[in-house]
Amino acid sequence: MASNKKYWKSVEELKDSSIVETLSKNEFVEEIPTDQFLGDKETLENSSTSRRDFLKYVGFTTAAASLAACEGPVVKSIPYVVQPNDVIPGVADWYATSIADGYDFANVLVKTREGRPIQIMPNKEANGTTSARVQAAVLSLYDEKLRLKNPSKSGEEISWADADKEIGVKLNELKEANKPVVLLTGTLASPSTQKIIEGFTEVYPNIKHVVYDAVSESGAADAFMAMYGKRALPNYHLDKAKTIVSFGADFLGDFHGGFEKQYIAGRNPNTGQMSYHVQFESNMSLTGANADKRVVVKPSDQVFALLNLYNAITGNNISSKATPVDAEVKKMAVELKKSGSKAVVLTGLNDKNAQLVALAINAALNSEIVDVNNTLNVRQGNDTEVAQLVSDMKSGKIAGVISYNVDPIYTLSNAEDFAAGLDKVSLKVALSTENSATVNAMDYALPTPHFLESWGDTQFDESTYGLMQPTIQPLFNTRQVQDVLLKWSGNSTKYYDYLKAFAATTILNESSWNKALHNGFFKREIVASNIKAEVSVANAAAALSSSAKKASGFELNLYTKTGLGDGKQANNPWLQEFPDPITRASWDNYLTISMADAKELGFSNPVKDNGAIDGDYAKVSVNGKEVVVPVMIQPGQAKGSLGLSLGYGKTFGLKEEMQVGVNAYPLYVNGNNIQYGVAIEKVSGNHKFACTQVQKTIAGRHDILKVASLKEYKTVEPKDHHHGWNKPAYVSYDHQEVEANTIDLWDEHNRDMGHHFNLSIDLTSCTGCGACVVACHAENNVPVVGKNEVRIGRDMHWLRIDRYYSSEVETREEAKELGLSRGETYRKLETEAENPEVTFQPMMCQHCNHAPCETVCPVAATTHGRQGQNQMTYNRCVGTRYCANNCPYRVRRFNWFKYSDNSEFDFNMNNEYGKMVLNPDVVVRSRGVMEKCSMCIQMTQATILKAKKEGRLVNTDEFETACSSACTTGAMVFGDVNNKKDKVAALAEDKRAYNVLDYLQTKPNVIYQVKIKNTNEA
Amino acid sequence: MTLYHFIIDIFKQSLNMKSVALHNRLTTILLKNFTILLFFGFSISSFSQDVDEAKQREGRKLFKSLCASCHKLDKKLVGPALGGVEERRENAWLLAWIRNNAELRASGDQDAIAIYEEYNGSNMSAFPQLTDKNINDILYYTTVGEIKKEVVADSSTVAVGGSTSGGAPEWLIYILAAAIIVAFLMIASLLKQVNELKGNTKPDVKSNLKRDLQELWVGIKNNTFLKVTFTIFLLLVGAYVVFGTLFKVGVDEGYQPIQPILFSHKIHAGANKVDCQYCHSSAKHSKHSGIPPVNVCMNCHKNISEVAENTVVELEDGTVYGKEYLDNEIAKVYKAAGWDAENLEYTGDTKPIKWVRIHNLPDFVYFNHSQHVVAGNVACQKCHGPVTEMEEMYQYSELTMGWCINCHRETRVDLKGNEYYAKIHEQLAKKYGVEKVTAAQLGGLECGKCHY
Repeated sequence: MASNKKYWKSVEELKDSSIVETLSKNEFVEEIPTDQFLGDKETLENSSTSRRDFLKYVGFTTAAASLAACEGPVVKSIPYVVQPNDVIPGVADWYATSIADGYDFANVLVKTREGRPIQIMPNKEANGTTSARVQAAVLSLYDEKLRLKNPSKSGEEISWADADKEIGVKLNELKEANKPVVLLTGTLASPSTQKIIEGFTEVYPNIKHVVYDAVSESGAADAFMAMYGKRALPNYHLDKAKTIVSFGADFLGDFHGGFEKQYIAGRNPNTGQMSYHVQFESNMSLTGANADKRVVVKPSDQVFALLNLYNAITGNNISSKATPVDAEVKKMAVELKKSGSKAVVLTGLNDKNAQLVALAINAALNSEIVDVNNTLNVRQGNDTEVAQLVSDMKSGKIAGVISYNVDPIYTLSNAEDFAAGLDKVSLKVALSTENSATVNAMDYALPTPHFLESWGDTQFDESTYGLMQPTIQPLFNTRQVQDVLLKWSGNSTKYYDYLKAFAATTILNESSWNKALHNGFFKREIVASNIKAEVSVANAAAALSSSAKKASGFELNLYTKTGLGDGKQANNPWLQEFPDPITRASWDNYLTISMADAKELGFSNPVKDNGAIDGDYAKVSVNGKEVVVPVMIQPGQAKGSLGLSLGYGKTFGLKEEMQVGVNAYPLYVNGNNIQYGVAIEKVSGNHKFACTQVQKTIAGRHDILKVASLKEYKTVEPKDHHHGWNKPAYVSYDHQEVEANTIDLWDEHNRDMGHHFNLSIDLTSCTGCGACVVACHAENNVPVVGKNEVRIGRDMHWLRIDRYYSSEVETREEAKELGLSRGETYRKLETEAENPEVTFQPMMCQHCNHAPCETVCPVAATTHGRQGQNQMTYNRCVGTRYCANNCPYRVRRFNWFKYSDNSEFDFNMNNEYGKMVLNPDVVVRSRGVMEKCSMCIQMTQATILKAKKEGRLVNTDEFETACSSACTTGAMVFGDVNNKKDKVAALAEDKRAYNVLDYLQTKPNVIYQVKIKNTNEA
Repeated sequence: MTLYHFIIDIFKQSLNMKSVALHNRLTTILLKNFTILLFFGFSISSFSQDVDEAKQREGRKLFKSLCASCHKLDKKLVGPALGGVEERRENAWLLAWIRNNAELRASGDQDAIAIYEEYNGSNMSAFPQLTDKNINDILYYTTVGEIKKEVVADSSTVAVGGSTSGGAPEWLIYILAAAIIVAFLMIASLLKQVNELKGNTKPDVKSNLKRDLQELWVGIKNNTFLKVTFTIFLLLVGAYVVFGTLFKVGVDEGYQPIQPILFSHKIHAGANKVDCQYCHSSAKHSKHSGIPPVNVCMNCHKNISEVAENTVVELEDGTVYGKEYLDNEIAKVYKAAGWDAENLEYTGDTKPIKWVRIHNLPDFVYFNHSQHVVAGNVACQKCHGPVTEMEEMYQYSELTMGWCINCHRETRVDLKGNEYYAKIHEQLAKKYGVEKVTAAQLGGLECGKCHY
């Protein structure tokens, strides 16, 4: 039960360091830097400004300011000349479209205001989901710094017509001479584009299309090809799974594009249908953090464990090696067999052999979870062809390269070979939305539109045909790649007409184009294929085994972060500031290392008195390549393994503030996410992390998290005084222990009239993906403050996702009973910290009915609404910050600076393009005011207004907030508890429902549902 | 108008507040009356003697309702100019054509086919409902045209009235000021007498007033009671002025900027009774009432290229604009829309109109028109004032928070036919016996309802 666990946020906390203690007591850790603007005492005394002068200045400036304020600005209103039929100024239009940027793929809805996209939400009808990156993609549209604006040739602007002509001539020359040209693109997953490329290569038979993914899953695609005769990725119906065993597959992260929704759909404690998920991994991944059981095992042992499992399940005897987790593997073999067709095994190793073994295990289990018909097209990159291309280029065999939205000079491990090879190429054309090192190395840089400005179609899985439509007029002088290729193929059709005709003839079967476009997708029949090639898995397994046996030294597991992914959107401030769900660090990547290794090698992460953490640098060398990275000690990291994320350290063309982190791609040799034989060495230097994990601590309060096992959930009475897993809080009153809700400081108000909003957050379903965090940014104009400000605890996130580690160990009291000394207890905790359990808890303003913040505001700037929302009136706020000090949840954010129109904070609010993403219905806050989650009052008000205007009641489940609509797994449910039909009304009464810090009796309107873990007990 | 208004007005003028000039309405009402008098004084109407006025009136009415959207008397529009059409065509042919031109064309009438083709095959509606008399009335109107009212004084673009004066105080201020001055004069004369009685008279070298003031000053200086009273008085006046000024900062009641086009709401919404929401159509859908796009102007102005003969727009400063000026303003709309009025076609060369925004709310307040117009059933005039009488639009209301709140407190919510309100009313009635529901009772005073 929850109370037996110690919850902690950082390793420092375990050590009981005094700094953490101090930090827990201060809401604002940073002293106001008065001496910074006053200077030291001496200069102050030597200053020639007398007190009288000072008063004169004050008087003069006040007078000047008031005089200036008298002059009201003249505001111009410029209406349309011809107003488009579907645009009403002030009313949002939503368009269904798709995102496909080569790494992120999703069916989405785009909210536009006056022709500007301002928000991306999942297209739930199309089963679409959004991640933090998809949510943030709307800001990348307005990246005026990085986006290409005009076609150029060697840096000189050129017209499209001239570019067409010159490139056309050159292409024909190369065709005559039959010299090979390569069209290098990322995964397109677009049937019509594929067709256009086929047409293009027909006209120019010397052109070859090579697909290159920066972060590759080539191994999985190759393995599937070998087994099922089709180069695609298998789909996994995790919602139907009973037992899931994953060897390092981060399927809640980027593995095959992510399976969050399906995974959580299969984990519903209320129905009792809950999959049992065991994760064998070395890095602490999002998936591992959510697993029922996480087995820490270093990469090479993962391979052997996978082989041992293969042996145990199939009865084969492939040469393998004993691993420390064999007992667990044996147990899982039994489990898997028991679940039979409802079991599935996944592996995240980008290795054809490993993937073949996993497929073979699934085949042996007769797994229904693996879907080989409705396959995924989201990772089509082919590492072999890319490697071949680079060597051909180097040997001068390639005469032309046309790249489209790829940046191999940044993402290839042998980028220098690519760059050298490029010098020998005579036709160098880059078609790209954004500028990059690769674009810069090409002769022609031709701008293509962002997906929000484009027409297109998508086919992420076989059953869903998605459409893409422009939601804004092109911002720059761009042309779609499809139009370019059609033109170069000598086809005068516009891509829009081509797409329409293509869809009508091959996809839609007489069904309406307009309807499909409106819905954004079209469901297709899947043609089941029964091809199953006979592959010698034994050979693959043997090869895998022998390659893993070569492992020596440290083992590096390269991974992608939830925020930045492959680094495509590295210039996106929302994503840079998005704290990593696991480490809570933003604006950085780092080498994660186990606590034991860190101790041995002398790495530490000291916490500074302002809550910031520091780190040492390590030199990491793999195959002769070296990078110097800061080190972050990661609980749950396998000993002997290291983790480092890709996607950082991009510099070309980026704003200076975004040029953070270290580029790990040079270590990503052959697209292998596991690198053996890694050497690491401590080097001098001190790195300053922008990490929020120690900040906004919980001041040692309890009853924040409640976790129970599925068995407890089913068998134990939740409110049971001793063993209950959702006990009410007890407080001492008149020296008696009484239930907290029997005493109250405040008067109760009537809340059963009108609407009363509640937000329910199911900790079982929350995977910590952070889509809600970015959705909140977009909806509420939350400013980005930059690395230095985050470091000192001034991040402005209205919604944060707290990550708690916990260890199944006695509390201090129990330790005392057991006679453990203080030192022993912590040592024990530290050992437990080798593999802690992880719980995510989205935390935002709790909208307390009895809010401590409201009572202390001297100017009544924060007040309570009748609908349950704690309202923050910025124009009333004078910035005393009393409210933040009195808030037990640490959710109030103070605007230290004016973040818009301020060159000190050169993020999206500081340029005219970036400002286009602002939500016009929410004010941009100024300096010196408090701000916090408003429970999206602009959205609830809009919903109410809609009902009022239509003279009807608000429909069931019509209320939404940005976070609840962005939530992929349905963990966040928002609604009106006074409408008993609303989902949230039942959730508020659920036996799993509890309030954080309920003993304080703040009566929050945010309800959490106890996290249920499947411990697989009978 | 109170004292501080007066002082603020002076402030504003001295600071040239808002770089666009403010027309002061209050001062010009008198001038307006004067202008009207002038007009009546000079205008002498004379009517032609040989026109059957009744017949003309009848024909004119029918023409305006049925024909005017496509025809004018003196100008080509969608169809030909009809002035003197009786001279060009036989009456029988005209009767047949007007009643059913398609039939006439079908019968093979060459003239009919020719005219149809001349106008690119634009179909004219059939009017089978018209009697011969009706048609003849219309034709009579096309022949005689408008009955001219001859105005002696040329009304176009003549600025009548004097120059605009600055802020004029109300009677109260005059009285107050007079009372104060009288009081001081009395004190002054008293002091003078006292001085004289004391034998302190000085040689009378200066003018009387100056001497009096000086004596007054000396008197005040010497008398402690007066000194204290005077100081308190000055402080009070000072505080009044300062606070009044500060509270009025950013309150632009009466703000009436000069617009790029002299658009008269009086003519459109008043005389022609165009519904507010015909042009401001988003008021019912959106938070913005919407300034109409030029294409909305063109819905009507495609056919109305000039104002009627005697149309005038007279501003409160007394400036009067006549036909020539106003026709030019319509031409500005054409320019914006890219409409070639000669060839009756759009050139595509558009130029958006840059109106000056009158009602400016601060960014931190959320206001929604549709909430008030549709859900609240509030008439536009409630906040925007007598728009139908405004030649030039101005800000009628204060648009301060106090003003909003007051209305929310007082306004009863229109519960009729709205299920949403009905439910809340039912709940309130059951629990608290509430009969009338005000916006405030529905949470209309909560900060967060407008500030987010």
